[in-house]
Amino acid sequence: MQNINEELGQYSELFMLLASVAYTVAFAVFVLDLVRSSKTIQGVEKRAAADAELRSTTPALARESVTVSARSGGAGTDSTESGSAAPVEGAVAETADESMAYTGERRKMARIAVALTVVAAAIHAAAVLARGFAAHRVPWGNMYEFCTTGALVVTLVFLIVLLRRDVRFVGAFVIGLVVVMLNAAIVGFPTPVAHLVPALQSYWLVVHVSIAVISSALFTITFAMSVLQLMQSDREVRVRAGKPDRFAFMRVVPSALSLENLAYRINAIAFVGWTFTLMAGAIWAEEAWGRYWGWDTKEVWTFVIWVVYAGYLHARATRGWTGTRAAWLSIVGYLCVIFNFAIVNVFFSGLHSYSGL
Amino acid sequence: MKNTDEEQLSERPKKPDNPSGSTTTGKPDVALPALGVWGTLRWAWTQLTSMRTALFLLLLLAIAAVPGSLFPQRPANPAVVTQYIKDNPGAGPWLDRFQLFDVYSSVWFSAIYLLLFISLIGCVVPRTKVYYRALRSQPPRTPRRLSRMPEYGTLTLPAGEGRKHDDAGTSPDSAAAAVAHAATLLKKRGYRVETRDLDGDQPSVGAERGYLKELGNLVFHTALIGVLISVAVGGLFGYRGQKILVEGDTFVNTLIGYDTFNPGTNFSEDQLDPYSLTLENFDVVFDRESTTHYGQPLDFTATMTTKTGPDAEPQQEILKVNHPINIGGTRVYLVGNGYAPVITVKDGNGDIAFEGPVVSVPNDSAYTSLMVLKVPDARPEQLGFVGFFLPTARIDESGVAFASDPDPFNPQLNLNSYYGGLGLDDGEPKNVFTLDTDSLTPLNNRSLDAGGIVLGAYQTYELPDGKGSITFDGLKRYVALDVTYDPAKLAVLIFSSLALAGLMGSLFISRRRLWVRASEHDDGRIMVEYGLLARGEDNRLTTEAAALKRLFEKTWLTTGPADADNRETTTGKDR
Ligand code: HEM
Repeated sequence: MQNINEELGQYSELFMLLASVAYTVAFAVFVLDLVRSSKTIQGVEKRAAADAELRSTTPALARESVTVSARSGGAGTDSTESGSAAPVEGAVAETADESMAYTGERRKMARIAVALTVVAAAIHAAAVLARGFAAHRVPWGNMYEFCTTGALVVTLVFLIVLLRRDVRFVGAFVIGLVVVMLNAAIVGFPTPVAHLVPALQSYWLVVHVSIAVISSALFTITFAMSVLQLMQSDREVRVRAGKPDRFAFMRVVPSALSLENLAYRINAIAFVGWTFTLMAGAIWAEEAWGRYWGWDTKEVWTFVIWVVYAGYLHARATRGWTGTRAAWLSIVGYLCVIFNFAIVNVFFSGLHSYSGL
Repeated sequence: MKNTDEEQLSERPKKPDNPSGSTTTGKPDVALPALGVWGTLRWAWTQLTSMRTALFLLLLLAIAAVPGSLFPQRPANPAVVTQYIKDNPGAGPWLDRFQLFDVYSSVWFSAIYLLLFISLIGCVVPRTKVYYRALRSQPPRTPRRLSRMPEYGTLTLPAGEGRKHDDAGTSPDSAAAAVAHAATLLKKRGYRVETRDLDGDQPSVGAERGYLKELGNLVFHTALIGVLISVAVGGLFGYRGQKILVEGDTFVNTLIGYDTFNPGTNFSEDQLDPYSLTLENFDVVFDRESTTHYGQPLDFTATMTTKTGPDAEPQQEILKVNHPINIGGTRVYLVGNGYAPVITVKDGNGDIAFEGPVVSVPNDSAYTSLMVLKVPDARPEQLGFVGFFLPTARIDESGVAFASDPDPFNPQLNLNSYYGGLGLDDGEPKNVFTLDTDSLTPLNNRSLDAGGIVLGAYQTYELPDGKGSITFDGLKRYVALDVTYDPAKLAVLIFSSLALAGLMGSLFISRRRLWVRASEHDDGRIMVEYGLLARGEDNRLTTEAAALKRLFEKTWLTTGPADADNRETTTGKDR
């Protein structure tokens, strides 16, 4: 067994800290972007409304102009309307596109935030790789490593989705979660680099845990989207009922429906990943403990998560269960993922007690 | 919402809400109709096999599985359950009454998953029939107005000279030829096609692809049934046993050879192959480099001599964690290890009453090991010892010995001793790792004048009152082995792999329909229009429409700038 490179391990820890700082800044800029965008929209709309009032002789027309512009935020009751721009000039740029394609409009803050995220991810990747090289193995053998590597995967998945879709609106939420994960690792589970205990010396660690981490990263993103979906659909109802719009920043977020559809697609991929995680775990359990399934605490929760997301997929095909209810299932599923990861690893004893705590 | 288009346009009932296909026409959730016994049964069956019930049962299953992680479970650890009930005399028996210590074999948990699987069968069978019919049916008739499709496009093939004749393709010279050509192109793209009205004014081709999506779904759900049945078969015919093996000892695969044995319901003793395993040697490597993880285990290797039968050739095999041995149809796993101090006890008469290794149970990473030794053969009084074995003993500030390292650098026994009746003679099975001291008289412990027994390697201690002596003669390691036999394991693997493959097909294949219609203009131009329709979730419909547009243009239209006038293609997005 090769010796641990403890110096490299220390560099890794330093880089992890730097990454955490960089993410925190990126997070702040993402939040700023949301705030600024909503301010801009409100300003533009106020001016537009004033203009309209000046120009129009009947107040009814002005009222209509306001409601229509509010709907472009995503009421999306009619699919032919999808992608149609808001009638108020200037607000178009800031208002989310249904297809989540880039509109070519510059959002400076959001660009800075993404650039910062890329920088943070690069430092973070260096830290994770250094950890792996220091230990001469995959860097996912204890809680610290699950958190740090998991956070990196979350960021990478987010950046990959960004290549194809303009999902910068979830940036604040996703990078916020990444900051939480990294700091949980740095503060909560600090663990110096070490070799793996014999129970973990198996290539199934590579297969099983990596897919689990990737699936969890995908679930993290859909969780953020489902939360936004609930807020958005609540807002859509309010706006349509003519009530004031409490969360103006939700204008940069696409309609609840398009959020739901994208979340569904990602959840479908993540569910296949989770199914594979469960199976690979069973195969590993067979090889390590002589039974493929024994209702160990960790196995129970992996199963619960699987069933909840199966329920989610069913809900999407059940009348009356799409939309809000499905979003709740997606959220509950993610809470189970968190529970399985944080609470079960730390507080429950079982065969899977490798958290390194 | 996601299926608006489909709901408006498709002629067939939407499958999810009515998975039993043609059996009912009404919505499944209408009030109970007055239909008599048969009708009520039918109604109940429809309810059970409805999507809503499946969803409900799935969520219920998730919730029902949770208590199994909150309370200790008998199959995993019966001793902990007994202790739990003892510690919680109020709630314990009630929890037990509701089978919360046997969640996964409980009546309520079983009821949920059995109902779910009945629902599943009631769902899969009619859907398979529908699917079988769909497989043999032709793509649906061409709608009159293709422009109503969510994706729609047209293109105009120029007349006469403008037609293309080059390597990339040839533009057809009649509407029928265009349609026939479109059919070939679509077939190549994996569509099932049917051409219509080739002799008429408006020939068209109907195309459909993605039949594998539904097949994937059916395979997935059916394979789940297969998994359940295989698991049940494994439980019936399999078995599982535990054996602790000290270095130098041999285990023979017979019922009495095991320390504990859990047979399946249909187990019979002649299932056991009379193979034997000898532990030659057990090597342990602890981390000596790391400053932060000093003493963490790095490797456990058991060198075994195996014989497949009494007369077979002995063979040497290596057993490690994560690397079981296969022998006699069973798998042998290394699941634990520890120290077995070799001890000799002489009784009050001066005779050797016990001699050999005593298995001690490690409690922590420094192998602080609990040890119990019962000496029923000691005369005139039976003797009992209980205490700790410490591989590397150190003394803390208050003078208490503790283990500081898992390797035996300074092995030490710290024991209390007792004499009297051990209560082993009445035939009741007793746990070898606990000593019932109620009926015994203490000889040595810290509160007695004689004090506790502290023995270093090769030392002997004379018990007080001439009750005998105890000698620490040496040290051996032992391994804890699990032996399992599960004949249905492979079936579980196959069915779950099928389920995974089916799931991927079901989730990632898109089912879509497509029509192309052509007609000839008076001036000889050929107008082609096409429309695409998704069946269910399909996020790539737009991409497919764009790809088709490119394909048609590439094969039928020349790309020279002169033809720009003749090219007017639109897609649904441009409308
Ligand atoms: C053992 C319990 C079950 C599990 C774990 C399960 C799981 C799943 C999963 C993961 C999917 C989504 C992937 C796919 O489309 O294949 C799905 C889809 C589906 N399931 Fe189940 N299922 C179960 C029971 C049932 C039952 C009892 C029914 C019938 C009432 C049913 C009907 C369906 C239908 C119709 C779909 C397709 C949904 C769509 O079109 O998107 N399932 N199931």
